[in-house]
Amino acid sequence: MIEYTPSHLMVAAAAREIADGEIVFVGMRLPLLGFFLAKSTHAPHAVGVYELGVVRDEMAPAPILTMGDLPNLHRALWLADTADMMGLLQGGSVDVSFIGGAQVDRFGNLNTSYIGGVEKVQTRLPGSGGACDLASLARRHIIIMAHERRRFLPRVDYITSPGYGDGPGWRERVGLPRGGPSAIITTLGVFRFDPGTCETVLSSLHPGVTVEEVQAHTGWPLTVAPDLVRTPPPTARELAMIARFDPDGYWTRTNE
Amino acid sequence: MSTSKLIPLSDAIGRFVPDGSSVAAGLGLEGSIPFAAGHEIMRQRKRGLALIGPISDMLFDQMIGAGCVQRVQAAWVGNVITGSGYNFRRAVESGALRVEDHSNLTIAMALKAAAMGVSFMPVRTALGSDLIGAHPGLTPIACPFTGGPLAAVAAIAPDVTLIHVQRADASGSAHAWGNLGVMRDACLAARHVVITAEEIVPAAVITSDPNRVIIPAFRVSAVCHVPWGAHPSPVPGFYNRDHQAFIDYRVGSKTPEAFARWQERWVDTPKSREDYLKLLGVERMSELALRNHLFSAPADYGY
Repeated sequence: MIEYTPSHLMVAAAAREIADGEIVFVGMRLPLLGFFLAKSTHAPHAVGVYELGVVRDEMAPAPILTMGDLPNLHRALWLADTADMMGLLQGGSVDVSFIGGAQVDRFGNLNTSYIGGVEKVQTRLPGSGGACDLASLARRHIIIMAHERRRFLPRVDYITSPGYGDGPGWRERVGLPRGGPSAIITTLGVFRFDPGTCETVLSSLHPGVTVEEVQAHTGWPLTVAPDLVRTPPPTARELAMIARFDPDGYWTRTNE
Repeated sequence: MSTSKLIPLSDAIGRFVPDGSSVAAGLGLEGSIPFAAGHEIMRQRKRGLALIGPISDMLFDQMIGAGCVQRVQAAWVGNVITGSGYNFRRAVESGALRVEDHSNLTIAMALKAAAMGVSFMPVRTALGSDLIGAHPGLTPIACPFTGGPLAAVAAIAPDVTLIHVQRADASGSAHAWGNLGVMRDACLAARHVVITAEEIVPAAVITSDPNRVIIPAFRVSAVCHVPWGAHPSPVPGFYNRDHQAFIDYRVGSKTPEAFARWQERWVDTPKSREDYLKLLGVERMSELALRNHLFSAPADYGY
């Protein structure tokens, strides 16, 4: 029995979303590890774009905790301005991006700004950063977050990062040029989106998790894919690699 | 030969950051954050500032906690590796702080517009999000050529931009390398630029590599020699990120009382950056030093 945390599983699932040769706008935390895992396994030609002004196609030569760590700049493909990175994104060069969230709804809209909304702020969260841009402009984006009832709501209190809005045609209507969420990787499973309704479809259950359990933690009636699968647990090789990228377990030792 | 603008940091902050100023900082995102300059602002008890920046890793939260800030125009305020900025949270939740929410792209374009001398820049981001329409600086428009949907980002011209660089000459011409974030546009957008530098070098060092100049001297108001002036953020060529300082700050800012103790220890008791470095200690500084150097190949600018 291989031991792993939900974070390990989410990192492995995130890595599988990256195809070889893709241009990836890499976020923080677990997506950073997911990108490294993909690059070290099935996607050696993937290129990472980081909003602070870094593009790189080689692994950092030493473990990093965050994208601004100096090993992430070492022999980069390009060091430049944030506007250059955002130009790649806005111009349509970025295939996939990853973002986290505090609240999500069934159309994949994300809130990382105001719990309770702007008028009645209960909790002020840090805000968009680049997340709104990644959700607006990448060809597709993947959401990674802890699966809790208070986070999976029928409607988010505030849209920081647009998903499919209120359903089919919304992104076109508001003027977004492309994209939309393609998956939500959670601590319990993986959702995809129905192209017809733009709503979440439970497509994969993590080992040991039941549909009922997912429903209990989700604030809208689940649609379950007819071909629902089990998320493959991370392999020993994947875990060994993640341990190399996150040697102190800063991002992966806990459950989130 | 240009005149020297080399002055002590306390003088530069005293002179170029009056109460009520709009101040851009943290423009390299996670790197080269001008913590020394920010701490000097806190030490001098500046009031009523408007802070401008993209992600502001911890510095904005500290200045908010110190009571210096009335308004924030930013994409993200917090602590990158631990999450929430607790002073920011408290100030917003109590209604004491006004926030104009941006994304990294819209804040970059707001500074770009001011740098270019135009009133706005168009973007394709944020449409349909609640960032649009929440404040007058971000509004949907139709493209005058195609009629297609865009968002207009109003120019933001800071009264003063604070940057930390690797080296500058006394006139203010400065070299910066590594990822540059929105530093360049923020310098061009601002009325005043105050530079803190790891090293002050002869002008000939700067002119030997003009492509590396982040801002030319005539746009700079003051230059201050502040080694380790960006600690605990990393500076390429000088020191690594001090993760522990960011981790400790999570606890050190969790309650107003904890923050008061943090500020007393790290900002108010040290009267200068030299005192701060003594407090930090040689051992910790040597742990952050570069272990593996990588010098770029020389570029021939000859004729």
